[in-house]
Amino acid sequence: MSSMNAKGRPTGTGAETGFAPHETFTGNRGLVQEEPLIFELDSPGASGVDLDEPEEFAPRLGGVARQGRIGLPGLSEPEVMRHYVRLSQKNYAIDSGLYPLGSCTMKHNPRLNEKMARLPGFGDVHPLQPQQTVQGALELIDTLAHWLKELTGMPAVAMSPKAGAHGELCGMMAIDAALRARGEEGTRKRVLVPESAHGTNPATAAQIGFTVDSIPATEDGHVDVKAFKAKLGPDVAAIMLTNPNTCGLFERDIIEIADAVHEAGGYFYCDGANFNAIAGRVRPGDLGIDAMHINLHKTFSTPHGGGGPGAGPVVFSQALAPFAPLPWIVHEKGAYRAIEHEGESTGQPFGRMTAFHGQMGMFVRALAYMLSHGADGIRQASEDAVLSANYILASLKDVMSAPYEGPCMHEALFDDSFLKGTGVETLDFAKAMIDEGYHPMTMYFPLVVHGAMLIEPTESESKDSLDLFIATLRDLAESAKRGETERFSGAPYLAPRRRLDETLAARKPILRWQHGRNEPASKAAE
Amino acid sequence: MRYLPLTTDDRAQMLAAIGAKSVDELFKDVPEAARLDGLIDLPRRQGEMEVERQLAAMAGKNIPAGQVPFFVGAGAYKHHIPATVDHLIQRSEFLTSYTPYQPEITQGTLQYLFEFQTQVSMLTGMEVANASMYDGSTACGEAVLMAHRVTKRKKAVLSGNLHPHYQDVVANLSDFGSYKLVTEPPCPKGTEGLAGEIDEETSCVVVQNPDIFGHVRDLSALAEAAHAKGALMIVVVPEIVSLGLITPPGEMGADIVVGEGQSLGNGLNFGGPYVGLFAAKQKFVRQMPGRLCGETVDAEGKRGFVLTLSTREQHIRREKATSNICTNSGLCCLAFTIHLSLLGEEGYTRLARINHANAVKLADALGAVPGVNVLNEAFFNEFTIETPKPGAEVIDALVEKGVLGGVPLSRLMPGNDEMKNLIAVASTEVNSDQDRAAYARALKEVLA
Amino acid sequence: MSDIRFTKDHEWVLVDGDTATIGISDYAQEQLGDVVFVELPDIGKTLEQGDEAAVVESVKAASEVYAPVSGEVIEVNEELEAAPGRVNEDATGEGWFVKLKLTDEDELDDLMDEAAYAKYIKELD
Repeated sequence: MSSMNAKGRPTGTGAETGFAPHETFTGNRGLVQEEPLIFELDSPGASGVDLDEPEEFAPRLGGVARQGRIGLPGLSEPEVMRHYVRLSQKNYAIDSGLYPLGSCTMKHNPRLNEKMARLPGFGDVHPLQPQQTVQGALELIDTLAHWLKELTGMPAVAMSPKAGAHGELCGMMAIDAALRARGEEGTRKRVLVPESAHGTNPATAAQIGFTVDSIPATEDGHVDVKAFKAKLGPDVAAIMLTNPNTCGLFERDIIEIADAVHEAGGYFYCDGANFNAIAGRVRPGDLGIDAMHINLHKTFSTPHGGGGPGAGPVVFSQALAPFAPLPWIVHEKGAYRAIEHEGESTGQPFGRMTAFHGQMGMFVRALAYMLSHGADGIRQASEDAVLSANYILASLKDVMSAPYEGPCMHEALFDDSFLKGTGVETLDFAKAMIDEGYHPMTMYFPLVVHGAMLIEPTESESKDSLDLFIATLRDLAESAKRGETERFSGAPYLAPRRRLDETLAARKPILRWQHGRNEPASKAAE
Repeated sequence: MRYLPLTTDDRAQMLAAIGAKSVDELFKDVPEAARLDGLIDLPRRQGEMEVERQLAAMAGKNIPAGQVPFFVGAGAYKHHIPATVDHLIQRSEFLTSYTPYQPEITQGTLQYLFEFQTQVSMLTGMEVANASMYDGSTACGEAVLMAHRVTKRKKAVLSGNLHPHYQDVVANLSDFGSYKLVTEPPCPKGTEGLAGEIDEETSCVVVQNPDIFGHVRDLSALAEAAHAKGALMIVVVPEIVSLGLITPPGEMGADIVVGEGQSLGNGLNFGGPYVGLFAAKQKFVRQMPGRLCGETVDAEGKRGFVLTLSTREQHIRREKATSNICTNSGLCCLAFTIHLSLLGEEGYTRLARINHANAVKLADALGAVPGVNVLNEAFFNEFTIETPKPGAEVIDALVEKGVLGGVPLSRLMPGNDEMKNLIAVASTEVNSDQDRAAYARALKEVLA
Repeated sequence: MSDIRFTKDHEWVLVDGDTATIGISDYAQEQLGDVVFVELPDIGKTLEQGDEAAVVESVKAASEVYAPVSGEVIEVNEELEAAPGRVNEDATGEGWFVKLKLTDEDELDDLMDEAAYAKYIKELD
């Protein structure tokens, strides 16, 4: 026997002690760190940047120099770094797990996109630089526009809208502009919106003075075509329809719907939030659509970033194309030119949606994704997304309850009837998923089914990942039915926070930190 | 395809489990007339290297701000962004997370939004701020709509020195929303008097500080005039660094402050994504658009954060929402917040002083060029020069000399003869003495 | 004082002389969940029967409250601003919303009495 290691570190697990602390001195739980607000970390006078005070000079501020302190905290670089790294560790992300939020399309965000967007030629150019110094930037926008037009089979696209809802606004403004050109803006004020629509649709229509008229759904989750047709008339401006719809179904009567609204003198706005199910397999232009926004952050993989930024270019039919807003890019005599004002080119632009050219940083990322996939990869991605959703639907419909027969498109919809009598609600079921390491699916949307659970796996999951997810949901569903309500009613137990009191937040809104008012988070900070 | 995990075998097994013969069966609801059998006429898949090569070639045709003496502003500004910012915002947990709908597992996002709201309130001197808008121009449009809701009036008065793109955005919303709009003509000397335009029908007066020509003004008297008629004052801050040195709009009597936050943490990006700032008085909070993050406690009594007052928003209120917006600029406000946290009180105010000092030096250098006239008496980091030749020609000629010298105001206001010879010139901390000397030298040559 | 009357939209009204006090029913507050905010009309506003009189908000929903009878707004329950939870605790008492100066007493005849309303909500479930 050679030398023993009696004085070295013990190598057992220590489990035999039976000690399991529920509370720690710091409030931290191993890698889950409590973190105060940045304002509570103030070390007055500290700074995370080194800047030299300018030499003495005579200011020219005309008597409006700021008096007194702002109240910003001072921290060194390592302190700032640690603060935000710790905050990041409290977030779920698609990079760390399946993120099945229906209608939100949490697909993989390739890092090549990020690298490309940061090329100085894209990331460090100013929107008002002389155009001869940004020819490549204009070329990129024009190239992306070409891809979007080809993929949708539409003749024109407005690139500037900043997000999906902004795109909706752009599309509805173009429709209003077209109605004005026909002298019908005063008479056509009604917009038909299915009751399953995203809330943005009625909000958008109302924002520019349309009245919203709701269309019911049929029992199988589609637009009720008969009810829709009965609502058509000379006062109808447009229909706003999501396709595939928010129940995850393709509107099979869509061409009939388009023909009917056109015959009645209205336009067809399509909410393109779910374009990712059909890109490369169906062109909206072949369906009779007049305007559709495309969420680059959904279909074309630009990151969601905790709620933005988005980008929502809008494709237009021939009928609406002349009214597209400023600016747009033309290619003539071997050079690109941004048309920034009415009269510089043909068209009757209805106005301007935003300063400058739109979400260039998102354009670069989306084009990097498109070039990587190509026409073949985009089609395959759509097919895989639809296949994965149907696989989930088929694998769960015996233990959960699906209100509509499949096949579905890119998302599988369940209702809460399988939970009836268990004492567990959709919300509890979702929160229990958190303890299992999953982000919950979209809950209580669409409104047309009771206690909705909308699952969108996207094309980014492997079969093993889908199988584990399915097994987990099966286990949860069976557990609920067995009456193991505790697993649900208090969930999540294992997340950085337990359920949060939203009533308190809304009754007594605290929307900012104020010195001495907000309590620190942990004992150690006291 | 490198982004798609499913193998041919997987797909076959999954189809079998579904009970479908082919993936085509899953698309059976698509009308036959609209089914595409073949591929769309676009290039096929490519590897990273090929994509990189193509995009780098496009990028290479542009002149980045960091490569030349650079003085372009007018609503977007070149600043130095600390390396820490870009590293942190690319952390997967921030970059690839969604809107924080499940607060238990998105406290990271929620807490930085709360910090962001606090910072924006502090800088603007206002009581509350939201969790950001798309950009400054759309925030401005939303502010006008909010003023209409608050006052139950329908007429806005716009300063002619508001950024023309911002004017266009407001005009567009007013036009389609059937609201009344009075827009003053631009006033390059910065002596515009708006008070006379405010009447009992006016919901708000919108004024930019520093304005499009760079003028900095005390707006207290205008606020009083607005309030006397029951109207609100909306102040637009296009360059958020300016508030390190200038009296905040809240102290001048603003009711709503909107701004462009790009200068902190966010690159120029050819115009977007940027970050719209939106702050207001507490009493108007239920009429505010956009997301709000609020403090609360969890089931164990621990402090936590949630999205709150959501009944204002479209997903609940539908056609009665305060706005149709459901996206903010999440990652861009994170960049803003991190940059401002790094700066701190000392760094932020010093950065503002450096910007002003550099602009003063540049104004003196350019004003000394024969024929050039600086229009501003008071300014922050941007001012307007008048040249004996058309501004657009001057700027183009400067490009040939390797200087990006500013924005010819005729580009923003074509058809207005008064703008023909005017150029907006910005100078930030990134400009060195050599840059300024190069500009003055080049301008002298161009005008000779 | 008259008996309490209810609408199909779950508002209640109680008339005393020519003053009509209005609120939402206990059933309605239960369906809404925790009330977090009540938006009340301006004093002096004239409401027709069926007009939007107020908005009641929970965390997840916002509902319009319609005037069960016509009249001019003479008082609103300002207590609700600081304590919207009153609506949950005492919907038909301290959780009242608005007092109207009643213009047409006959309108009360269109409404349900307590027993009829109880039957009505039973059928809803």
